[in-house]
Amino acid sequence: MAKRESTFINMVLTLFVVTFIAAAALGFVYDFTKDAIEVAKMKAQSEAIKKVLPEFDELGDVCKVAVASASDSVEVFPAYKGDKLVGVAVKTYTNKGFSGFISIMAGIDTSGKLFGYEVLEHSETPGLGSKMADWFRNSEKPGQNVIGKSPESSKFEVSKDGGDIDAITASTITSRAFLDAMVRAFEAYDVESEQLKIKNTSL
Amino acid sequence: MNQWKNFSKGFLKENPVFVLLLGMCPTLGVTSSAINGLGMGLATTFVLLMSNMVISLVKNQIPDKVRIPSFIVIIAAFVTVVQLVMQAYVPSLYKSLGLFIPLIVVNCIVLGRAEAFASKNNVVSSAFDGLGIGLGFTFALVLLGGIREVLGSGKLFNITIYSENYVTLLFVLAPGAFIVLGYLIAIINRIKKN
Repeated sequence: MAKRESTFINMVLTLFVVTFIAAAALGFVYDFTKDAIEVAKMKAQSEAIKKVLPEFDELGDVCKVAVASASDSVEVFPAYKGDKLVGVAVKTYTNKGFSGFISIMAGIDTSGKLFGYEVLEHSETPGLGSKMADWFRNSEKPGQNVIGKSPESSKFEVSKDGGDIDAITASTITSRAFLDAMVRAFEAYDVESEQLKIKNTSL
Repeated sequence: MNQWKNFSKGFLKENPVFVLLLGMCPTLGVTSSAINGLGMGLATTFVLLMSNMVISLVKNQIPDKVRIPSFIVIIAAFVTVVQLVMQAYVPSLYKSLGLFIPLIVVNCIVLGRAEAFASKNNVVSSAFDGLGIGLGFTFALVLLGGIREVLGSGKLFNITIYSENYVTLLFVLAPGAFIVLGYLIAIINRIKKN
């Protein structure tokens, strides 16, 4: 078969046909995988929420809460056991990581203390900044543990900056970013708890 | 015989990483563990195989002057397929490879094979060529990732081999990639000489 010549009409037609077929094929694959992607995402999210909160039966409606310290709103998931609120999970984030964006699920119980956290997404240095997944919940080292603390009881800043939390060795920037995300979570919690009247109904 | 040659040349004689030094960005970027190397390698292999086959099938329909954009569109389509499928069925691997999956589009190995091989050969040869080069790339990434993972985090395929207290962290960081790659290239050259 002879090679098609590079005339204007041939080129336009070829490019059109190639892109048309590619687009159609992609549309088909997208449709096919759309549900599975959604399921995988939801699963990862609900597993993270389960890890950061006390036992609960059902999740309330997701609310998006605007916080003063950031341009993007954060998602807040209230969790109920029976009719009683047991805590809220806040999907918080920071852009101050050593490699930028970090997304963390933070669980705050009804007394306003941090119950647990789970790092969802990060691109920090493996072996250094990536230690934040476990570093801040080491119950043997109270200096670096953030679980059970609240902004009222301790200052959420690294000890180098005059705060109460010990930073990860050799990863101060990541530690600052982590605490920045935590502060944002508490901020969202405060805004949200007023709306949900958590403090009135459960305390 | 001839097909075997097309297939096997990717491993040693024309290994894209160790000999041709192509695709350095994903090579150095994702190989902080063996499993990442394997995932990246297999994703690239799939794209190489499919794009090589399709391009060798349609090569006569595509006018010379627009062949590069046409090839890129074909390659990009397959990369997006890989991306969507990984996102749906292996989300954890997708998360750790992240940015590098869309970058397969501009991986010069893929376009290089399309331009240098698939656009001149028939579909069977092109399939073997794509598979061989792809698996050679996978082999190189797993080797590099494995060595870095063992030295840098004391694990291999996520199985702990020795305590994390004795690891040399450098090897999972960027400089470690260059150092290990340099030694591997030296060793491969030595083997090829004999």
